[in-house]
Amino acid sequence: MTSQRFKILAVVIALGALAVIVPSTNSFLILLATRALAFAILVMSLDILLGYTGLASMGQAAYLGVGAYLTAILAAKYQFGLGMDFWIVVVLGILAGAALAAVFGLLAIRATGVYFLMITLALGQCVWGLAYRWNSLTGGDNGINLRAKPKFAGLDLSHDVTFFYLVLAFFAVSLLAMYVLVRSPFGRSLVGIRERELRMQILGYNTWLHKYIAFIIAGAFGGLSGVLWAHTAGIVSPENVVLTTSVDALLMAVLGGAGTLVGGVIGSFIVFGLREYLSTLVPWWQYVLGAVYVLTILYLPTGLMGIPERYRQWRAGRSTKEEKVKALASVPS
Amino acid sequence: MTSTLARRLGPALLGGCVAFALAPVSTGAAQEELRIGFVAPTTGIFAQIGKDMVDGFQMYLDEVKGDFGGAKVKFIVEDEQGKPDTAVTKARKLILQDKVHMFIGGLLASTGYALAPVSTEHKTLYISSISAADDLTQRDLSKFPYFMRTSWTSSQPSHPFGQWACEQGFKKVAAIGADYAFGYEVVGGFQRAFEACGGQVIQKVWVPLGTKDFGPYIPTLKRDADRIFSLMVGPAALQFPKQMRASGYRKPLIGGGTSYDEFVLPAMGDEVIGHISPLQYSAALDTPKNAAFVKAYRAKYGKVPSYYSESNYTTAQMIHELVKKNGGKFPGAQEFIKQLSAMKFDTIRGPVAFDDMRNPVQNIYIKKVEKKKMHGYAKDELWNTVIKTYPNVSQFGQFEKAAFLKTPVYSRDYPPCKHCN
Repeated sequence: MTSQRFKILAVVIALGALAVIVPSTNSFLILLATRALAFAILVMSLDILLGYTGLASMGQAAYLGVGAYLTAILAAKYQFGLGMDFWIVVVLGILAGAALAAVFGLLAIRATGVYFLMITLALGQCVWGLAYRWNSLTGGDNGINLRAKPKFAGLDLSHDVTFFYLVLAFFAVSLLAMYVLVRSPFGRSLVGIRERELRMQILGYNTWLHKYIAFIIAGAFGGLSGVLWAHTAGIVSPENVVLTTSVDALLMAVLGGAGTLVGGVIGSFIVFGLREYLSTLVPWWQYVLGAVYVLTILYLPTGLMGIPERYRQWRAGRSTKEEKVKALASVPS
Repeated sequence: MTSTLARRLGPALLGGCVAFALAPVSTGAAQEELRIGFVAPTTGIFAQIGKDMVDGFQMYLDEVKGDFGGAKVKFIVEDEQGKPDTAVTKARKLILQDKVHMFIGGLLASTGYALAPVSTEHKTLYISSISAADDLTQRDLSKFPYFMRTSWTSSQPSHPFGQWACEQGFKKVAAIGADYAFGYEVVGGFQRAFEACGGQVIQKVWVPLGTKDFGPYIPTLKRDADRIFSLMVGPAALQFPKQMRASGYRKPLIGGGTSYDEFVLPAMGDEVIGHISPLQYSAALDTPKNAAFVKAYRAKYGKVPSYYSESNYTTAQMIHELVKKNGGKFPGAQEFIKQLSAMKFDTIRGPVAFDDMRNPVQNIYIKKVEKKKMHGYAKDELWNTVIKTYPNVSQFGQFEKAAFLKTPVYSRDYPPCKHCN
């Protein structure tokens, strides 16, 4: 319990530090932090499926895409969502993500393991196909540019720092909501399903329904992340829903540590940092990113969040060894 | 083992540290500094094209030793990874962190459409040196007051080319093109011009960008057409003529400029001999200026320059001449555009001026692939021999500007295929 309190305190301090430090850096770093936070919501939503329910989804970018395209289309074609109605767009984005997940879930949840992976991949690519081909609505390959950010209640979101705080707030609320979710009895039963689905079924749980609801919730957060992403990036294109974006989210979750929620944020910051900041400094950034992935998979299968645990095990292992040596030494010969 | 690792990593780390340490020092130079940001794909599937772009600009910089009429150029290259979204982030980095006076580049049409709003948002000059998206200098121009183009619009070479096709006596042409904005604009421009002088486009087939196996498409192409027009980009450009030949088709193809540009030509086989395409540049342009450029470029980078290289070399030249005129000072984005629009240049590709919509007016060359010796090189190679020059072609070509702008931008469905069945 105390260790849990300590963890919560650490996260709160980290968020506070982010809120204080980032605005005092240069505008480009503020922009990068905003991007990483907006995307981190998607990664955390994926973590609910991957880390807590044991479902590796390869199509999570679809929900980001739905939220982002919705925001962009409303803003570019109808000038909707650029004032107080931004909040309506947020709600619509969440609903759209959830609705899409509700449809896709019906098809995907019946499958498990690698088949689930394949089906979510295929469904994700359907959304990409739509985004790419439905020229009149999505602008096809050119995508949609958002020319203005919302302004309401004295807040001008085109101001980098204001927008950063808004995204940070959304992120914090999402993290809290997902944390409450995974700690709830519902969340515990998801973990049960991950560990052994058959046993949960025998205990009388409707595991299909549990997984289906988790899938919809993940979709809803994906939609929210999309709304924020559209305004962060200023452009929505099929690139946002293509397979590699889904894979990126998956890799970030694994890199940080699946089943930890905050691991996703760490993964997101590391990948964005390497891909978009290190790449401005050196041309060989891709080797660094590759090395980070390979080393994590080889030596830290539990991700970066697993480091303290590994350290504790190593310490414990060493101390037991020392005890053994001492014990051996004390044996009278 | 560890020591080897340290030895290997050492220089890289040291280099990184030195770069860090030097960065603030160089900004404090006494000479007027002109900071130019350059956005190009230096990783990913378009990395080689990105290299041609950077090399072209860098070569001009090296020739003038980084000195633009008194201004010391700080040239900052950022990797856009071939993604519009990344291009936007990198452009913002250049503006916000490096405080560049202007940013240049962007490869794909979609990247151009994504970068132009960034220039408006940050009131920073954006010069499109490759990205050819038509509407940026046509129907959308008023939205981008800080945008200038030094390259071309996708449909610019297609307009005279359509007319040329009529002059050859072609009556019916079937078209196959890459399924995205650039493809629509190149094919659309050809169709408009060809049908305006009595020709008929009897088929339009769209293939996804990046297609390498044309097996499903080739049998559907109408072989009784006088010519087949192809618009391919990158690897697809290599594959399509090969597979057409393998299917038994013997007539020479015609196509958009990128189907045969110098970026793909050296990797092509003899099957493309006799194929014809239009563009604003050919490495086989027989002028002393171009011959010198090709030789210098080839000696430096080991390959024949493509239009990607030429366009960026020329862009650097234009910026140089303008800054020199202003006594080594950057005159501000809007003043820059105003002055550049009024200037005329004698470039590698020929004379270049600008229309009142900030797009170049330039020669369009109709080029035929031939195997021959060129520019004094000993070996027989494939070259895009210029067979006809259309001088001073604007983006509207033979069409009247006002009427042209009233029609929608070329797309999958425009112009409609009236003669398809």
